Amino acid sequence: MIQDAQDIVVFDRVQKSYDGETLVVKDLNLGIKTGEFLTMLGPSGSGKTTCLMMLAGFEPATHGEIYLNDKPINKVAPHRRNIGMVFQDYALFPHMTVTENLGFPLKVRKFRKSEIEAKVKRALDMVRLPEFGGRRPGQLSGGQQQRVAVARALVFEPDIVLMDEPLGALDKNLREEMQYEIKHLHEELGVTIVYVTHDQSEALTMSNRIAVFNDGVIQQLASPSVLYEQPENRFVAQFIGENNRLHGRVKSVEGQHCHVDLDGGGTIRALNVRVEGAGVRTTLSLRPERVIVACQEGEVDNRIVGRVEELIYLGDHIRARLSVSGTEEFVVKIPNTDRHSALREGTDVNLGWAAEDCRALDAPAEVAEPA
Amino acid sequence: MRWLLSSTIVAAGVALAAGSAQAVDLTIVSWGGAYTASQQKAYHDPYMAANADVNIINDDNAAEGLAKVRAQVESNNVTWDIVDMVAADAITACDEGLIMEIDPDTWLAPAPDGTPASEDFFAGTLSPGGTNCFIPQIVYSTTFGYRTDAFEGDQPSTIADVFDMEKYPGKRSLERRPINNLEWALLADGVAPADVYATLSTDEGVQRALAKLDTIKDQVVWWTKGAQPPQLLADGEVVMASAYNGRLFSAIAEKNQPIAMLWDRQVFDLDGWVVPVGVKDLEAVKAYLYFATDTQRLADQAKFISYGPARYSSAPLVGNHADLGIDMKPHMPTDPNNAATIFDFDYVWWADHRAELDEVFNTWLAK
Amino acid sequence: MSTAADDTLRTADGVPLKTSLRRATARRRVRTFLLVVPILAFLMVTFVFPVVDMMFRSVDNQIVSSVLPRTTLAIQSWDPGSEELPPEFVYEALVLDIQESFKDKTLGRAGRRLNYEKSGVMSLFRKSGRRAKRITEAPFKDQVLAIDERWADLETWQLIHQESSALTESYFLSAADLRVDYKGEISWKAEERRIYLFLFYRTLWMSGLITVFCLLLGYPIAFLLATLPPRHSNLLLILVLLPFWTSLLVRTTAWIALLQSEGVLNDLMVFLGFISDDGRLQMIHNKIGTFVAMTHILLPFMILPLYSVMKTIPSSYMRAARSLGASPFTSFVRVYMPNTVPGIGAGCILVFILSIGYYITPALVGGRTGTFISNIIALHISETLNWGLAAALGVILLALVLLLYFLYDRIVGVANMKLG
Repeated sequence: MIQDAQDIVVFDRVQKSYDGETLVVKDLNLGIKTGEFLTMLGPSGSGKTTCLMMLAGFEPATHGEIYLNDKPINKVAPHRRNIGMVFQDYALFPHMTVTENLGFPLKVRKFRKSEIEAKVKRALDMVRLPEFGGRRPGQLSGGQQQRVAVARALVFEPDIVLMDEPLGALDKNLREEMQYEIKHLHEELGVTIVYVTHDQSEALTMSNRIAVFNDGVIQQLASPSVLYEQPENRFVAQFIGENNRLHGRVKSVEGQHCHVDLDGGGTIRALNVRVEGAGVRTTLSLRPERVIVACQEGEVDNRIVGRVEELIYLGDHIRARLSVSGTEEFVVKIPNTDRHSALREGTDVNLGWAAEDCRALDAPAEVAEPA
Repeated sequence: MRWLLSSTIVAAGVALAAGSAQAVDLTIVSWGGAYTASQQKAYHDPYMAANADVNIINDDNAAEGLAKVRAQVESNNVTWDIVDMVAADAITACDEGLIMEIDPDTWLAPAPDGTPASEDFFAGTLSPGGTNCFIPQIVYSTTFGYRTDAFEGDQPSTIADVFDMEKYPGKRSLERRPINNLEWALLADGVAPADVYATLSTDEGVQRALAKLDTIKDQVVWWTKGAQPPQLLADGEVVMASAYNGRLFSAIAEKNQPIAMLWDRQVFDLDGWVVPVGVKDLEAVKAYLYFATDTQRLADQAKFISYGPARYSSAPLVGNHADLGIDMKPHMPTDPNNAATIFDFDYVWWADHRAELDEVFNTWLAK
Repeated sequence: MSTAADDTLRTADGVPLKTSLRRATARRRVRTFLLVVPILAFLMVTFVFPVVDMMFRSVDNQIVSSVLPRTTLAIQSWDPGSEELPPEFVYEALVLDIQESFKDKTLGRAGRRLNYEKSGVMSLFRKSGRRAKRITEAPFKDQVLAIDERWADLETWQLIHQESSALTESYFLSAADLRVDYKGEISWKAEERRIYLFLFYRTLWMSGLITVFCLLLGYPIAFLLATLPPRHSNLLLILVLLPFWTSLLVRTTAWIALLQSEGVLNDLMVFLGFISDDGRLQMIHNKIGTFVAMTHILLPFMILPLYSVMKTIPSSYMRAARSLGASPFTSFVRVYMPNTVPGIGAGCILVFILSIGYYITPALVGGRTGTFISNIIALHISETLNWGLAAALGVILLALVLLLYFLYDRIVGVANMKLG
């Protein structure tokens, strides 16, 4: 891999195996830019946490090299890497007060006492806990502990901060609040953050770039909007946001586009993303909010009839589940305007979408050819 | 509360006893191991064979006998029927009123020739220390054994040799208490046997005994359980050890260890039966004791262990070892060849001085 | 709370709310109480009664006044400081008491009790019991003096005077190597009889050192147990618990076979040429034996509380400390170890308390220099039957444990202790 001049971290052909039989991380190449917020997103067991631990120095890479500031760090002990880390369980030291926790990284770096005090105070102000320095972690709420953990990872001004699912233990409201807070800290301080999560909405909210992991391989590395709008493969499309899938066989390819015969009947014009040529199987991916309900003839490229199975009223929008071309799980989101009033459960409705919104991706291997 | 508790326990015990009125359980407490085995073969088995309704339960807690008898008697919950005790403990228990007084001629069988029991048991053994709660079974002795491979030339033969580190170098083992050790030290130091207790009654005498013990103090392994000294000798840990003669016999004759007896100034002691005050079924206890202490039974025990029966009439009946077939008579502490220089142990003197000399001895030991 | 009836909170049908609540919870409280009744009764019978009984025995002195009721009453009028023997009526009381108690077989108990304070009283009483039968009329004093000259010894009478009361401090004094005379003056015992304080001291410092050994050996094992993957740690845990499955005597005997001068370890060292055959090391029947055997026996009691505390320390603490810039050593000392303090405290208290109470092992392997105060207590319980002194020694030991526990609470805090 060619290193980008502004990459602070580079994974160069990194492989990791715990048991010598299976690879948890397969041939990882990744550059992390200085000052960016990069999220490693993926289901559990996808290798994302292992990558983080290799970067932190708690797991050795089985093969390959990791560079930090252009220097190989495979042989550098964790405490010499100058990397801040926020743990899932916060890992605040229960026998120390908040001030002592924050002072710990400074103390081991032999800072002067007055300097430690000043830095700790600034860090507490930064996370809006100036009054809490004398307390012990056990006397803080979950959100407060989280903020202290973040402050401790930042107080010694590391080159890079790693966060391992730091919001997993918080309830939903607090989690959202903390997402913004961490995002703002990142913007204010300009520190490089590598963030690991399995929550795609968290990743979309906070990141500059997201690396989607599955099966030890980065499936796609892109900004949140690109990931959402233009998933490169079926896994990414499925993992990020809600997604309708239609299976079929490519009939013809015309430059950027292709025509697909659906297994359940009908032919769809779609954007050719991962189709190698006519005759191969493909999965069409289509976001629910891009489907036009009660669409008129000629309004968009594709038009197909669906039967309304279920309507769920969600306030700002209505969620409709329909049977379309053999699948009963076709979901459409309809803004709460007067168009939805036409829908009744059990009735048929015309659906349509633009070819640009429908992406022809790889087909799952396990789906058997219909007879 | 204590009264309530113990009466409840007694009531429960009565209820249990009533439930099994037919069979008689006798709990007999002894020392366990080879000694209980010899009693089982010589006393218990024949008695149960003759009395089908009697069931004898062995309890091996005689080492704790004195304390447990006291605890049982004080809480009015006597579960032991007959207890094997050494004479010194029986004196203490009798003084404390914990065990029953015995009338030898009604409790015990006469000799085959009609001599009443009070005259057939060795003189004085029925009333050690002036008490009369004790029925002797055996005479045992605490004496010395030495390793036959430890010394070239002369082998140790007198008590003075035990203290002679130059002629007989090597570790010794002595019991961890003042009794016997202080006497032997004075005897080795030249005090006449008759003057030993008079000497020990003065502070100077005690210091003289301890000074003699000082000459071997660094070379002594102190034992607390009777099984230890034969083992120490067998392992070669020590070259000489005081021990119960029966234990030494077992190591020599049954286990063929290179050990020999040093009988000089052996100290006789008695081991026998006592009956706790408040025993549940006195008649059953008396019936057993009448049988188990008769002339033949006491002689029988010597077939299994080398302790001398405490009756004059038993001595001629002592035969051969049940398994080894060797004549047991020369291995008895009472055999004239062994008993030429026995030392007369004074129970009464020790009852007076034990408390004080325990402190003195343990202080000396610790320093 | 208001006293005005109108202010009282009431339920819908007018019952005061507090009364109603009490009724509602009464059933539950009764049920809770019934659940603990068996264990409470069990503890009373097996623990509280014996301890209270032991404490009482350490001061109980009724035996003298109950066996010699007339004498102890009559002698109150006599001044023990006077240089004269008690008057005739005291001897008369003595004769009546001795005759009666000799018949009841209780005289020996008083004799043994007084013999603890003065050697020879035992035989004096026994002799007098047999001879006093013949004394039926005055003059009593002359006839008693004729039985034994010790009745003319002022010390004998001073002792009876001194031990007339129902409670005595002499067991406690004796347990502290002290004695009290008839004037109530307390002084040290003769130097060659001062043994108990020395043994208390030895018990405490040796137990302390055994605790330190257990901590030094147990801490790494507990750390391994807590950090190894379960497959290995389970096996290790079984190895740690293995000693519990063998009897104490067997383990102690095994140490003797290993450590004695003709034992396995010495044989091996001679074979390897480390020591000569004549220079075999004495590793048992002395302090070393006690240290080794006791440390081995008590090690699990240190490991288990440590393990149970360490198991709850997340691995992320050490990682966090490392990521914050601390070396492995600093991380361990500054972050991991402070979090194991509750386990260290619990393990040390447990091992120390068990250690000062052990007596079988020190008796078998401690020889002359490695035995504990508990060995003396055992001697007085089972051999000399001096339960009063044994109880006083036990109470002092108990007080020492409570004192150490109190100090521990002040320094570390008992709430900070975790037994698992």
